[in-house]
Amino acid sequence: MPVFLDFEEPIADLFEQLEKAQQTEAKGKVDVKDTIADLEAKLEKTRKEIYKDLTPWQRVQTSRHPERPYTLAYIESLTDDTFIELHGDRNVKDDKAMVGGFGMFEGQSVMFIGQQKGKNTKMRQYRNFGMPNPEGYRKALRLMKLAEKFNKPIVTLIDTPGAYPGLEAEERGQGEAIARNLIEMAQLTVPVICIIIGEGASGGALGIGVGDKVLMLENAWYSVISPENCSAILWRNWDHKETAADSLKLTAENMLGNGLIDGIIPEPSGGAHSDKEKAFSFVRKAIKKNIAELSKLDADERVSSRIEKFSNMGFVQD
Amino acid sequence: MSSWFKRAKQGVQTPTKEKKETPEGLWYKCRSCKNVMTSEDHSANYWVCDSCSYHERIGSIEYFRILFDENKFTEINRNLSSGDPLTFEDTKKYVDRLKSSKRKTGLVDAVRTAHGKLDGHAVVIGCMDFNFIGGSMGSVVGEKIARGIDEAIKKKVPFIMISKSGGARMMEAAFSLMQMAKTSAKLALLARAKLPFISILTDPTTGGVTASFAMLGDVNIAEPRALIGFAGPRIVKETIGKDLPEGFQTSEFLLEHGFLDYIVDRKELKNNLSSMLTMLEK
Ligand SMILES: [Zn+2]
Repeated sequence: MPVFLDFEEPIADLFEQLEKAQQTEAKGKVDVKDTIADLEAKLEKTRKEIYKDLTPWQRVQTSRHPERPYTLAYIESLTDDTFIELHGDRNVKDDKAMVGGFGMFEGQSVMFIGQQKGKNTKMRQYRNFGMPNPEGYRKALRLMKLAEKFNKPIVTLIDTPGAYPGLEAEERGQGEAIARNLIEMAQLTVPVICIIIGEGASGGALGIGVGDKVLMLENAWYSVISPENCSAILWRNWDHKETAADSLKLTAENMLGNGLIDGIIPEPSGGAHSDKEKAFSFVRKAIKKNIAELSKLDADERVSSRIEKFSNMGFVQD
Repeated sequence: MSSWFKRAKQGVQTPTKEKKETPEGLWYKCRSCKNVMTSEDHSANYWVCDSCSYHERIGSIEYFRILFDENKFTEINRNLSSGDPLTFEDTKKYVDRLKSSKRKTGLVDAVRTAHGKLDGHAVVIGCMDFNFIGGSMGSVVGEKIARGIDEAIKKKVPFIMISKSGGARMMEAAFSLMQMAKTSAKLALLARAKLPFISILTDPTTGGVTASFAMLGDVNIAEPRALIGFAGPRIVKETIGKDLPEGFQTSEFLLEHGFLDYIVDRKELKNNLSSMLTMLEK
């Protein structure tokens, strides 16, 4: 049985009924074809209804769904298994929370980079919960420079609860690593597309997030802090996480409305985890379209409009 | 060197003279060693303890007084102020928080930018004010730094930034986050114009400010014993589940790990910047 979030309870109930009906059918004694068809239709309808109107907090939950596809799953699908992963920052180590490499996408070579989360307890630890150390950001920059050298477009897939706040991370300059990426990404001569596929938490997300086009999946979130930590700082406990999720205006729709991202990629009606292939195909379509458009501009135009775009972000009174 | 030092000293002696009339009984007690000085001596000593050298936190008024020749400068976009794009409210409405911060500090937001002369060098200087919502970076801070950099490019002069901040301003959420990208992108333009950027990190410089412009100086300088880091010490302590080593995330720690060019005592700051600027000039 798949994992269901609390607000998915009606979906879970129908799923359970459907499974029972399918077992009955397998036994072959009673004809339950109609019941199954009926349940399947109900399931789809319920899914659509629930997902049509998620609250910001429910979207945060969806973005962290344990069955939601992570970066490498997207990359493998998008590159039709041609992906060649490249490792290491050439200084300290290979950060397992950040992956990257070349793959063939729609007939051309593209550099894919992103934070990687793990599927089970062991892998979650191995991937450090998708929280990169400075080496991760430096590996990402190395790969971006490599792509630039050979004139290949860059796609970053963002999914992180934040940059790792550990002791060694501080010793090795977490702040400097992220800062360096911001100034360098602003000047990359090749097309850069950034997609928030799950969690976009703060500087740890932005560290690979300065692109010509920044897109968000429908149920992803992006902000300066997670709702839990926002609640902890402002109210001294986690109880206000739902209020914080509202206040932070962290949904794709809010972010687009505030001019802080360039577009939204739709998800299948039950979220990316409900139909991964469909999610991959939506992302594929968005990347294809944007690479084609960005490739029409020359490098200087891309760089100056990228810098211009970020320079215009903010809300001030003169 | 000595002539620079004299001139730098004059800058702070002026206000000291003005202060002569302040009533007696104004004392400063060092937050680090509890040494007691008169406020007058303390400010004449660049707000540094004469016993243990503790650098008291000061704001843009004091730094401008220390750095700009004869305390003369022209402020840029003085009245640029925060909106409330998200109508943010926690225990207090953001608009009310802004109002009370303005009233309390007499400042408009957490940074001031100005152009003027530093020991004869034309420069643009930005300086953060920690008193204003923890020196946090929202849209105004980002925009003022961005416009300060524009001004430096227009005037073809170096940009100096004095950081003192708890990081991004939560009440402007992703708007604040994007100021990191914005200020960094502007610094790319400054770099392309081959103009120097000197970053001065003071106590404290953390979060999104460390992870953007503060770490991007052609030369990164810090005051002694300042707290500098990405994650705050409390968060790091919680993450690793044990006490932090002595001196963790201090200026001296960052110098040792290769993220600062050097540490400079506030009394030497102006002289030092002047020398550095001379050496960076084309
Ligand atoms: Zn002292």
